[in-house]
Amino acid sequence: MYSNKVLDLGTPPSHSQSAVVVDIDGKPVTVPAGTSVLRAAAEAGVKIPKLCATDSLDAFGSCRLCVVEVEGRRGYPASCTTPCEPGMKVKTQTRKLADLRRGVMELYISDHPLDCLTCPANGNCELQDMAGVVGLREVRYGYDGDNHLTASKDESNPYFSFDPSKCIVCSRCVRACDEVQGTFALTVQGRGFDSKIASGPTNFLDSECVSCGACVQACPTATLMEKSIAEQGQPDHAVITTCAYCGVGCSFRAEMKGSEVVRMVPHKDGKANHGHSCVKGRFAWGYATHPDRVQKPLIRERISDPWREVSWDEALTFAANGIRKVQHKYGVGAAGGITSSRCTNEETYLVQKLVRAAFGNNNVDTCARVCHSPTGYGLKTTLGESAGTQDFDSVEHTDCVIVIGANPTDGHPVFASRLKQRLRDDQPGGGAGLIVIDPRRIDLVNAPHVAAEYHLQLLPGTNVAVLNALAHVVVTEGLAKEDYVAARCDVAEYQKWRTFIARPENSPEALEQATGVPAAQVRGAARLFAKAPNGAIYYGLGVTEHSQGSTTVMAIANLAMVTGNIGRKGVGVNPLRGQNNVQGSCDMGSFPHELPGYRHVGDASVRALFGAKWGVAIDAEPGLRIPNMFDAAIDGSFKALYVQGEDIAQSDPDTQHVQKALESLEMLIVQDIFRNETAKYAHVLLPGSSFLEKDGTFTNAERRINRVRKVMPPLAGMADWEVTMALAQKLGYPMHYDHPRQIMAEIAELTPTFRGVDYDKLDRLGSVQWPCNDEAPEGTPIMHEQQFVRGKGRFVVTQYVPTPERTSRKFPLLLTTGRILSQYNVGAQTRRTQNVVWHAADVLEIHPHDAEQRGIQDGDQVTLASRQGETALRAVLTDRMQPGVVYTTFHHPESGANVVTTENSDWATNCPEYKVTAVQVVKVGAAKSEWQQRFALFEAEQDALLPNAAPVPGKQ
Amino acid sequence: MDAQKLVKMGNQIAQFFAGEPDRQAAIDGVASHLQRFWEPRMRRAIFAAFDAGVTGEMHELLKDALAARRGQLEPAPR
Repeated sequence: MYSNKVLDLGTPPSHSQSAVVVDIDGKPVTVPAGTSVLRAAAEAGVKIPKLCATDSLDAFGSCRLCVVEVEGRRGYPASCTTPCEPGMKVKTQTRKLADLRRGVMELYISDHPLDCLTCPANGNCELQDMAGVVGLREVRYGYDGDNHLTASKDESNPYFSFDPSKCIVCSRCVRACDEVQGTFALTVQGRGFDSKIASGPTNFLDSECVSCGACVQACPTATLMEKSIAEQGQPDHAVITTCAYCGVGCSFRAEMKGSEVVRMVPHKDGKANHGHSCVKGRFAWGYATHPDRVQKPLIRERISDPWREVSWDEALTFAANGIRKVQHKYGVGAAGGITSSRCTNEETYLVQKLVRAAFGNNNVDTCARVCHSPTGYGLKTTLGESAGTQDFDSVEHTDCVIVIGANPTDGHPVFASRLKQRLRDDQPGGGAGLIVIDPRRIDLVNAPHVAAEYHLQLLPGTNVAVLNALAHVVVTEGLAKEDYVAARCDVAEYQKWRTFIARPENSPEALEQATGVPAAQVRGAARLFAKAPNGAIYYGLGVTEHSQGSTTVMAIANLAMVTGNIGRKGVGVNPLRGQNNVQGSCDMGSFPHELPGYRHVGDASVRALFGAKWGVAIDAEPGLRIPNMFDAAIDGSFKALYVQGEDIAQSDPDTQHVQKALESLEMLIVQDIFRNETAKYAHVLLPGSSFLEKDGTFTNAERRINRVRKVMPPLAGMADWEVTMALAQKLGYPMHYDHPRQIMAEIAELTPTFRGVDYDKLDRLGSVQWPCNDEAPEGTPIMHEQQFVRGKGRFVVTQYVPTPERTSRKFPLLLTTGRILSQYNVGAQTRRTQNVVWHAADVLEIHPHDAEQRGIQDGDQVTLASRQGETALRAVLTDRMQPGVVYTTFHHPESGANVVTTENSDWATNCPEYKVTAVQVVKVGAAKSEWQQRFALFEAEQDALLPNAAPVPGKQ
Repeated sequence: MDAQKLVKMGNQIAQFFAGEPDRQAAIDGVASHLQRFWEPRMRRAIFAAFDAGVTGEMHELLKDALAARRGQLEPAPR
């Protein structure tokens, strides 16, 4: 259960604008209409005993413990299901109520194991608390009657146990799974005394359960219990911090014993997640103390040399000398850096400052290059700002949702739960309409109580064609919001775009053959979206990771503008950003053409501003982007790279090209919490620090700046920001910060959209969404409300250009890639947790028709080959794929998914086209491809070079 | 830098701006994009390819932009 140190108000808040006054135990209490008596009492400091009620769930009224007396009414109504009415007089404590409550508790306790002293919930158990509150002193029925005390425990889930002998069947777990998570994995089976909670026919692990933890959090007893609590005992203090997984940016209570995490529980007041979580943030944090953590700096001259464990001082001197040597020999532009979207804003700011001020060039980039760089380009061009337009809460007000190129239930699960709450067909008035545009039948297409009106199952690489066709229908069928466009947008650009989009070649019928989507479906979807009072578009990497990624983002902005769907609640363009701080790393000037706040390095006034503060002259030319760095490395003009917290060797496409580039470097400095794939090519390996080991801020996909708080000391003695400072010092460019709050003060001073951000304000408000400045001192939940940031919204002509990647007789299938719920990106973190029980290896999803043609059966080992390379994976047959399209993930390095992906990239940003690769799939006898065999050999060689490595048999 | 790859990238940029009906605006679009996003050694390399006659593989709009905006795009020698 949630910590009993945090007040539980019993039922959710009412959002009514009108107020009512009630009398509770003689006190007048004013609450919004619709507030339950239970909550009104709690808000007034009056505690009514309760068991089945909790403020994250709708009132249920089953336990009968929260009964009250209401003047003029018969009986004893449950206060959780009784709304406050004007003038109502309520008594919460009378002799009769006390008798009733004791009677209820007596029944519960007569069928409950009395092992409180050894129970893991001891000290944090609502049942125990309520027994005390009602003054239970005896159980008149005895303990020998029928009971559930011998029910067997389900330990199948790696993170929590289910002990039905302790269950009081309050249904909080079932309701949490339904109402909060939206998975409907649990049910109450049987009736009366036989009622029991069931997760399916077998156990939790084999059920539909997604291990979000909502049920565990809701359970008032030890029935559903974190195993970490069972092992370590109850925490002694808690710190509010921010999850370091995806771009939802959930707030968590890190519940601690000393400097040891006991559990992570989603923070109820977290404005991104409102007390919900997913399996990664909630449970998969054990990587932070995994034995694989790099704890000492390592150096070596060549990558074939054994690593030497050295002091921080020696490692940093070695690194700095290496950079300077390279720059002396090959030029100032021969060195660069990569900031980490897993690190804090303050840390990414320092790395780009290091590159610009100490390296003396703009060769800095970040992982957004390979994910949402087209979002930055596309939204800046059309709307004027490189970020999503809404907060997550906005989804509550939407009437129709387009989800394109995103799989929120896997990639952004906590937001997906919010989205599903709005989509559910069992809510008053029905749910919002849903249009899914995706080559694959993602879970949202048909989930419990959620069904897409349209699933436009397009061929990979045809997003622009489908979006153009949707806009064509809007414009040619008179559905455009012309008044909105006339008032808000650049009319000349609109007319140009309108002429373009109305052309017959952009009609759904003309594009049907290219996209594979029936024209009637496109027309129906366009009408549904355009006619909805509030339409919102959510998208992910299935939009950006294409040769036309930036064009697609602009086509999305065009569609949103032409339907009048930007600038208020319930609408907007919503990129679901990948990593925890990828929005922040972009904001902080991690791109080679932009200083913090998305200001181009070519702007002399901006350079002067930063130059004056930093005491250097900033280069006016854009620097190299990551793929350009690789090309320049192979070309011989780029020789030194400082990589903080990113695994380019695994995550970037065309692995063999990346490996060749890394081998060409003379000084590769990797700073990471693990010896990742990139580190195997490094000359210096500096220990990184996890999110638990430092202070700072992350910025999530809704531009929300959340505090990250240190709960334990850095394992290797230095937080990442301190390491960058130390490296700067060695390069002769000292930086002077004692705490990340001082770095944020500098960011605020130099960046107009951050001018009002400081740690005191973040502590006071919990979080703020940028822009946060004099005009918006408490932040900006919705952007472009009065006008677009660029002034007038700009429509951009988005000609559909087919990808250069084509199928052929040799490569007849299209491969698209993605990720799954339990693993995160390159898997460096999640592979080092028990999440591997859900996904121990990457697999290839293939349609049964394609499989049959190739003689492939479910579970067969197959070769996946493209023009770039080949790898071997296990096949999984599924009709969620369309024939002709196959799918895999890249969570495990040995899978080599990126050995197969191509060098094709977005025209504007070089974001790789991970989503379209022409491939062939063949059933093979060999378990490993040639590349995989080389990979295994290289890994063994590199393992042998580690300090204290076991000698390799047969090697001197 | 790999000239073939840069030409391919340049052609992609030209393909995007080719959707712009005003030819001058399209040339401006290509040139501005190269200036704002391509590091000097990339621009030098594509001009080297242009001068070496790799123009046969270049999109017409890319060629026009390189020819018309050379002064703007060619980086200062280092």
